[in-house]
Amino acid sequence: MAEKPLLSVENLTVQFRGDAGWVKAVEGVDFAVGAGECLGIVGESGSGKSVSALSILKLHNQSNTRYASGAIRYGDRDLLTLPQRRLRQVRGGEIAMIFQDPMSSLNPVLTIADQIMEPLRQHQGLSVQAARRKAIELLEMVRISDASRRIDDYPHRLSGGMRQRVMIAIAVACRPKLLIADEPTTALDVTIQSQILELLRELQREIGMSVILITHDLGVVAQFAQRVVVMYAGRVVETASVPALFERPMHPYTEGLIRAVPNLDEDVHRLTTIPGNIPDPSMSIAGCRFSPRCREAVKSCLSEPPALVDAGAGHFARCPPRIAAGGIS
Amino acid sequence: MFRAIIVRLMQSIPVLLLVAVLSFILMHLLPGDPAVVIAGADATPAAVERIRRELGLDQPIWEQLLSWFLGLAQGKFGSSLVLNQTVLSAVAERLPVTLSLAALSLTITLPIGITLGILAAYFRSSWIDAGVMMIALIGVSVPSFWIAILSVILFSVTLGWVPSSGYAPLLTAGPGPWFASLIQPAMVLSLFQIGFLARMTRSAMLDVLDQDFIRTARAKGVSEWRTVGKHGFRNALVAVVTVSGIILSLLIGGSVVVEQVFALPGIGRLVVQGIMARDYPLIQGTMLLFGFAFVLINVAVDIIYTLVDPRVRYD
Repeated sequence: MAEKPLLSVENLTVQFRGDAGWVKAVEGVDFAVGAGECLGIVGESGSGKSVSALSILKLHNQSNTRYASGAIRYGDRDLLTLPQRRLRQVRGGEIAMIFQDPMSSLNPVLTIADQIMEPLRQHQGLSVQAARRKAIELLEMVRISDASRRIDDYPHRLSGGMRQRVMIAIAVACRPKLLIADEPTTALDVTIQSQILELLRELQREIGMSVILITHDLGVVAQFAQRVVVMYAGRVVETASVPALFERPMHPYTEGLIRAVPNLDEDVHRLTTIPGNIPDPSMSIAGCRFSPRCREAVKSCLSEPPALVDAGAGHFARCPPRIAAGGIS
Repeated sequence: MFRAIIVRLMQSIPVLLLVAVLSFILMHLLPGDPAVVIAGADATPAAVERIRRELGLDQPIWEQLLSWFLGLAQGKFGSSLVLNQTVLSAVAERLPVTLSLAALSLTITLPIGITLGILAAYFRSSWIDAGVMMIALIGVSVPSFWIAILSVILFSVTLGWVPSSGYAPLLTAGPGPWFASLIQPAMVLSLFQIGFLARMTRSAMLDVLDQDFIRTARAKGVSEWRTVGKHGFRNALVAVVTVSGIILSLLIGGSVVVEQVFALPGIGRLVVQGIMARDYPLIQGTMLLFGFAFVLINVAVDIIYTLVDPRVRYD
């Protein structure tokens, strides 16, 4: 990425108000996505990947969220400090988002037509008739058969996969520059998953938009993304191009993740896991947040918070001992 | 849909029968004797006995119940024992007062209660929320007779804006006096209902505003106003309709206290009068009519559900 990225998240720290005060959900997160690029963000539940993604459009509940530090650079603007009115023009117009659960992400009491037409009328100022025609086109574009009739249905009459297609139609309605897909296939059947991913890939090419794909599925990332950000316990632990990450994972956590993917060619009796659990965000860990689970932890890992270090060729990892040793142990 | 409404109305028949039997039994369980009331304090035992026989109150209780039911089957609600009027005409005479009061009170309650509830939910745990909940708490917990008396002192006695009591019929007295005679009692009644409705709207909205589709609306760039008003409130509407139905049911029953304080000749006062005089047919008749009104309101609420939530269907 020689030229300026389309969007870059810099040193983002997000805090949520808990029972015992403010808790850091993500801390010092950096990543960037270039024009037309697909960036994968992987991590297990609680790693902060969704929190980071929702922060881009400031979609967290305002009353108990604090963006304690950082900036989200988009063009010459910082989305975190943009006034509400200007932010609304970006939301759905230039940056769109689809979510994990299509069952609950559509409004049950409004028709599909109403929900797709809303961003068209809001951002492009289309008339009702024009917006409706465009909405039918969009439904055809996401391969919903009988679109001109389906458009007047309510969401409960559609299957999960169809609803996610509708969500995608809403998201791409205004031909956004960036689509953030927060675990778009997690709630769907495996067969539907691949259809949805295929659809996203086609739309990405057609519209020429960038995609940030959040997932816990390394397979999806390998198929879909050009670059990956691996998150653990609210921090970025590694970022690299997809081939580099799978060939030469630098961080022990990434390595553990890749090992945990079962190989279908072998007869496996026991799945490989990473021992232990992700730490609670309210827990304070002096050194590396992965150190309690890391087999290779040395003394400095327990006391000093590690920095994200450049290992060359755009490959960064938050594991100084590994990088000093030249990568693979 | 039409079939479903018919079925619902048919299903309410056993309910109404139960209401009739219960109101009959309860009235006869109460101590007191209408014959004594009618005959007066100085009457001889023989005179009381004669009146009792004339009214058929000397018959065994199940025979009285049976003959009342036979009358009902023919559409007769009987005559009041003390009012020199049939039950139906007594109710018909007072119903416009109560309905006027109910309509006016509901017109005040709905916009204010809903707005306050939405504001409290949207600005949850802020001073706005606290303020609205304080108003709601006062509304539901301060007795209405006390509010009524304070209101009369201020608006009728001190300021002289509206009459302190009495009712001016819409058709004979005209809309101005009619409105003036009802606005004060309607507002006193509304204070309780606004509190009730605001609380229920708030909790329904709190549920809705946490839903994923609200986040979707924001992600689309929809304004906060439309997100809350259209995406949020449309989903909270089922709860609001339910509560409005309950409020309307309460209002149709007549507010005993408010009608008493403002001397409004409505259903509430009629029922109190009937109970005081042990006027069995009057009370039984009005109870049955109330039961019927409740059933109708509930059916109406069920129909409105299908309009506000496309997932609700009765077929």
